[in-house]
Amino acid sequence: MKIAQKTIKFLLIASITFFTSVGFASGSDKKHDNQNDGGRINTKEEVETYILHHIKDSHDFSLFSYTSDEGERKHIGFPLPIIIWSSEGLVSFMSSEFHHNDDGQVIVEKNGLKFAKIHSKIYEIDKGATSVSFDETHHATNAHKLLDFSITKSVVGILLIGFLLLFWFSRLAKQYKTKQVPTGFARVLEPLVLYVRDEIARPNIGEKHYRRFTGYLLTVFFFIWILNLAGLTPLGFNVTGQLAVTGCLAIFTLVIYTVSGNKEYWMHMIWMPGVPMLIRPVLAIIELAGALIIKPFSLLVRLFANISAGHIVVMSLIAIMFTLKESLGVVGATGLSLVLSFFITLIEVLVAFLQAYIFTMLSALFIGMAVADHSEAH
Amino acid sequence: METLLNDFSPGLFVVSLILLLALIALMVKFAWKPILNSLEERESGIENALAAAENARKEMQNLQADNAKLLKEARVERDAMMKEARDITDNMIAVAKEDAKEVTTKLIENAQASIQQEKQAAIAELKKNVAELSIGIAESVIKKELSNKTEQLELVQGILKDVTLN
Repeated sequence: MKIAQKTIKFLLIASITFFTSVGFASGSDKKHDNQNDGGRINTKEEVETYILHHIKDSHDFSLFSYTSDEGERKHIGFPLPIIIWSSEGLVSFMSSEFHHNDDGQVIVEKNGLKFAKIHSKIYEIDKGATSVSFDETHHATNAHKLLDFSITKSVVGILLIGFLLLFWFSRLAKQYKTKQVPTGFARVLEPLVLYVRDEIARPNIGEKHYRRFTGYLLTVFFFIWILNLAGLTPLGFNVTGQLAVTGCLAIFTLVIYTVSGNKEYWMHMIWMPGVPMLIRPVLAIIELAGALIIKPFSLLVRLFANISAGHIVVMSLIAIMFTLKESLGVVGATGLSLVLSFFITLIEVLVAFLQAYIFTMLSALFIGMAVADHSEAH
Repeated sequence: METLLNDFSPGLFVVSLILLLALIALMVKFAWKPILNSLEERESGIENALAAAENARKEMQNLQADNAKLLKEARVERDAMMKEARDITDNMIAVAKEDAKEVTTKLIENAQASIQQEKQAAIAELKKNVAELSIGIAESVIKKELSNKTEQLELVQGILKDVTLN
């Protein structure tokens, strides 16, 4: 029974992969991709642009690409829907229509509007123009950026991990209905939940208030952690390395501690008791800046920078394979790259947890400072 | 900084804001609330069970102490009872002895008295017999007195031989 289920699952996944990849691969286009050696990446500059491209969000989900015998660049992956707010309302089409072009060469016409993709951003080309023209600094002169609600790779990652978390933890919740101690995978999750509750929420927020915020902290912790780990897989998500996502999380924390701050918290921030009158306004400016700008900013930048840096380092070390091929030989460069990237990946696994921990921990700390009783605060 | 701002995608920000809000709400409703509730329930259950066990242990201890106390009391009571019993028996024996002594002395006295009486009677009888005998002897002697002196002596001798002082 179990084997049958597994086989069905496997067949399902395999068939999905096969059909989409075939559909996608057939969409690959010689004409536009082969400006530089069939899309191969060999030089330092190419590696650099590839890495910078990778850490950005992407409009399609590419797993890998190769050059076929006919010299055609084939991309294996999924196209994702593009949804944009153009000058004439919402427009949506599949990202495969850009044929993996990322420098504005392929122009998609929809609703009488022309769109181009430049460096992972969708541009609307001004009326009358037929192609994108660039200035010296490679900025488009006759096109403008759009508000882009596409189901990008990051959105797919958020959805995927979101459903995964919901599935895992609602199953854990269900297990408690029938037994005291969960079994199977839920048994692994329970100590993690207890860890966040007892080591992060409870000591930082305090016995009296921690219960209200534990749900948020748990969600954030597991969301960041699992997405960080997903970023280390070959799927190459970089969701927690997107400023928009970390900004979202930081703003949630900001809103929570601003809304739930008690009288003493605001008192200490706006009109600090116990210091000379003249200093109080100065302190108020500093405190307000700290609470409303510096705290969330530090949260969002720390997570973004750590995860992006991790991706850049791992990819750079993998790239040693190509960049040091001449001086170390194929075997030497590959070996060095394997050893270094292996250890850095191990460190990144630690960092994945650490960043989730730090974000949650600091969120709990900030919330704790806002809701602390006066007697506790001193 | 400029590239950072350039990389920031407002669209993704809006999408992830909505998705994260939904995720947090769903997780809180379907996962964290029931999980945290059951965890707390379980913890309080464990705490109660521990407290109950501690209480039971204390009760047991109390019971044991009570038992020991009862046992001690019983022992003391038993000792007292035994002592009392011994006293009673001793007393009874003493009284019995006293009574027995009294009875025997009375018996001895009675016996002595009756012996004395018998003796008196016997002596009186003896005296009477002796008197009668003496009178008889004297009679015979008087009867034979004059015939023969020797014969007289022989007679007396013979009579005296016959007489057995019974």
